[in-house]
Amino acid sequence: MRKILLPLLCSLWLSAPAMAAIDTYEFETQAEQDRYRKLIEELRCPKCQNQNIADSNAPISLDLREETFRMMTEEKMTDEQIVDFLVERYGDFVRYKPPVDKRTLVLWYGPFALLGFGFLMLVIIVVRRRKDSHGPDSKASLSGDEQQRLNELLNQPRESADK
Amino acid sequence: MSLTLFVPELGHLAMILALCFAAIQAFFPLIGAWKGDHHWMSLGRPAAWGQFVFLFISFMALTWSFLADDFSVAYAANNSNSMLPWYYKISAVWGAHEGSLLLWALTLAGWSFAVAIFSRQLPEEILARVLAVMGMVSIGFLLFLIMTSNPFERVLPNIPLDGQDLNPLLQDFGLVVHPPMLYMGYVGFSVAFAFAIAALLGGKMDAAWARWSRPWTLIAWSFLGIGITLGSWWAYYELGWGGWWFWDPVENASFMPWLIGTALIHSLAVTEKRGLFKNWTVLLAIAAFSLSLLGTFLVRSGVLTSVHAFASDPDRGLFILAFLLVTVGASLTLFVLRAPSVKSRVGFGFWSRETLLLINNIVLVVVTAMILIGTLYPLILDSLTGSKLSVGPPYFNALFNPLIGALMMALGLGVVLRWKNTSGNWLVKMLGPVLLVSAALSLLLTLLADEFNGAVLVVYFLSFWVLLASIRDLLDKTRHRGFLPGLRMMTRSYWGMQMGHLGVVVCAIGVVLSSHYSIERDLKMNVGDSVQLGAYSFVFDGAHHFEGPNYISDKGTVRALKNGREIAVLHPEKRLYIVQQMPMTEAGIDPGFTRDLYVALGEPLENGAWAVRLQVKPFVRWIWLGGMLMSFGALLSAWDPRYRARIRQKVRDALPGKEKEVKADV
Amino acid sequence: MSKARLLAVCLVLAGVAGFAWMSIYGLHNDPRELPSALLDKPFPEFSQPALGEPERLLTRNDFLGRPALVNVWATWCPTCRQEHAYFNKLAAQGVPIYGINYKDEEDKAQKWLLDLKDPYVMNVSDPRGSLGMNLGVYGAPETFIIDSEGVIRFKYVGAVDDRVWKEKMAPVYEGLLKP
Repeated sequence: MRKILLPLLCSLWLSAPAMAAIDTYEFETQAEQDRYRKLIEELRCPKCQNQNIADSNAPISLDLREETFRMMTEEKMTDEQIVDFLVERYGDFVRYKPPVDKRTLVLWYGPFALLGFGFLMLVIIVVRRRKDSHGPDSKASLSGDEQQRLNELLNQPRESADK
Repeated sequence: MSLTLFVPELGHLAMILALCFAAIQAFFPLIGAWKGDHHWMSLGRPAAWGQFVFLFISFMALTWSFLADDFSVAYAANNSNSMLPWYYKISAVWGAHEGSLLLWALTLAGWSFAVAIFSRQLPEEILARVLAVMGMVSIGFLLFLIMTSNPFERVLPNIPLDGQDLNPLLQDFGLVVHPPMLYMGYVGFSVAFAFAIAALLGGKMDAAWARWSRPWTLIAWSFLGIGITLGSWWAYYELGWGGWWFWDPVENASFMPWLIGTALIHSLAVTEKRGLFKNWTVLLAIAAFSLSLLGTFLVRSGVLTSVHAFASDPDRGLFILAFLLVTVGASLTLFVLRAPSVKSRVGFGFWSRETLLLINNIVLVVVTAMILIGTLYPLILDSLTGSKLSVGPPYFNALFNPLIGALMMALGLGVVLRWKNTSGNWLVKMLGPVLLVSAALSLLLTLLADEFNGAVLVVYFLSFWVLLASIRDLLDKTRHRGFLPGLRMMTRSYWGMQMGHLGVVVCAIGVVLSSHYSIERDLKMNVGDSVQLGAYSFVFDGAHHFEGPNYISDKGTVRALKNGREIAVLHPEKRLYIVQQMPMTEAGIDPGFTRDLYVALGEPLENGAWAVRLQVKPFVRWIWLGGMLMSFGALLSAWDPRYRARIRQKVRDALPGKEKEVKADV
Repeated sequence: MSKARLLAVCLVLAGVAGFAWMSIYGLHNDPRELPSALLDKPFPEFSQPALGEPERLLTRNDFLGRPALVNVWATWCPTCRQEHAYFNKLAAQGVPIYGINYKDEEDKAQKWLLDLKDPYVMNVSDPRGSLGMNLGVYGAPETFIIDSEGVIRFKYVGAVDDRVWKEKMAPVYEGLLKP
């Protein structure tokens, strides 16, 4: 009854996400260790249920971490080179930070466009409302002073208020 | 034995009866409101009661099957085990798809019933329509349950000898609280949704509608916030890597309705107090519930990959998809057709609370849209071009953080600005000092830290800005009566607001400090080794074998010292759960108000040495403390209405001739 | 109903329809299925010993000359055992299959081939998985189809059985045989 859609892969896929994937690599500086951490957090495990290679204990994750470490420390590759190396082999899927190209225009620039549109709407609404606030019906609402007086009225002791 | 065999059938029958009551609840009050038939309208309340009673019976029946180890019930056989502790047997009832859906339906019936009995002051057509809409949603879920996800399916006649056990990850207190809180939130937004639809159907959208809708929405939002906070905390201590948010599709599915809900509760305030933004409020209410349903779809259909996803089935996915599309399509179409096109003639100036709340709405909608785009993008691209992409934390963090920063800037302004109009000079007088002091304090704190960090500086500044602006507002409001008497005058609603905003600040500080000042080390430790991390040193005392109720483990001992004095003993574990043969890490955590010490075991190495992860995480608890503050603030605000009724009466008496309702600016 | 409202209704329905189409696509596709990043790219260069013959180095050139299958397998992989019989059948039909013994132990692998028969033209030993990584392999079994010039034309992740062969792989393979 529980139909689980899985490719028939056999590695130790029971990589429980709860297994801390702890390697014991030695780094020369803290900055290097931070760089490594950042890299493995940005790379995705190709076969896990949405995990980066830092947290996954799948064998492929182990291999990829090892490879990343080697590329970083032995071959002295830059972050970009390391990511490109893996993307060449595993596709863009393996990057958690999507590339900025024509496929991802909406993704990267959409929210900004939306914000700009929202800001435009804001300006239009506020300008329109500002005109209304000086219009004939504005008398029906309270002005700043009347509002102040009302506040004081309401700030009277609460003896009659319902508890 | 015979009683146990009968109980699931009782549960199944009760579920079907609940569906009948839901049908009555959906049909009669709606037609009654349309025709003006008092009798039909009054059927809403008893129908809601009936639905609730029978779903309660149904849920109890399922729980009984779990507690009694009745593995003739397929759902129990798949998710429980005789060796499971009794408290996990109960929470296992909602540990997988079918049972959690039953909990959803029960929660929905519960909210319907609550609306039915706590809404004495509502005009009967409105109550009728609200209950009818909720009844329709109930029908959808109950049909889904009965037709595709029946928790009472039996495995007869070959009853399994024992169950397949609850997933070890779920054998935890987190499962007891996190899903029920979340469902209270998701389902609670159906009330706001129902009020919005009722308003559209009835054609009357006045400030009163906002006043009735607001407490329900506040409570729903509060619960959802608690649920999300609990989920984050649970992931932190359970998963063994010290993280607390991953922008996973399922996490996003809960966060999006919460963000829209935040915009909604603020928009409701404007509609209630000033009669403005009605269309915004209605749309936000529709959006909040639609996002709840979307979340249900994403989590249960298998469309997106996630560690949280339930086991999926295309048939189920299609059903929820249809339900989602019908709900969203119909409500949006209704909105487009029936939303009032006559705008209120009430205006407001540029520097006014209305403007800032409009900014609040816009920013929150953009943030939610961004998260939605990011979550769905892999699917969108795949369906259009076949290419596979991943969108993860680097994307979300890059866009989320600046937007929230802008929001916090607006927050500080918004709490001080008056309704309708504020003089520029007065504003500068109020906030000028706040700006300067915030800048000074944040610079000072950042420079005092070991290393300078730009992000920390910005968040400090924004946090002080919000905090000091809020205090400035409080001082301003109490200046006439004196500070302490003034404090007593402030309404619960006001305190709720302050608490909620304080929660934002606390959470932001927790996030930035734990993200940037955490110290982490992964290394091999032999027995007796000691490592220094910041001000703390950790000593590894080895690991020994240990047996739990349904697992075996290696239990490590790590002592934490500060300045040579032992301050904590931590016990990280590496467990193997017997039935599912699933390995798991239990981190050893020393919680603290200003820092957490976090230790996890990796793999055993030679001679009793282990791979160990050590972390010092400053202020990480503040993240969840902030979340709780926000939710408690909302609950406090919701608890206010009775005071308002009296005040309205007092105002009406004091100002004869003013027909319009006026609202106190508190 | 004003024109603006009518337009808005159409937009809503169009949005709903779009989302529906995308979701139905998603429901029938496994989101975890990952197509090869090396499609239509040349098979990577390598220089590794043949299984059981450490002095004999195999390179990419050994795979050229005719369309063939390249199968990544290992003895620790139960699914590989399941599909092995089918590969024997394919080999008997004349389909050339090259093997890559992925992250495995030589003696275990050799014993396996002895017990279950050897359908492979030749077997590359890849104990550290370096060739596998260059191929974008993330688990066993995976099977590639290459053309006579060594360009990768297809990749399948999972056990190859009759249905998979007939529906997915045979069309590609036979298409490569023609010109």
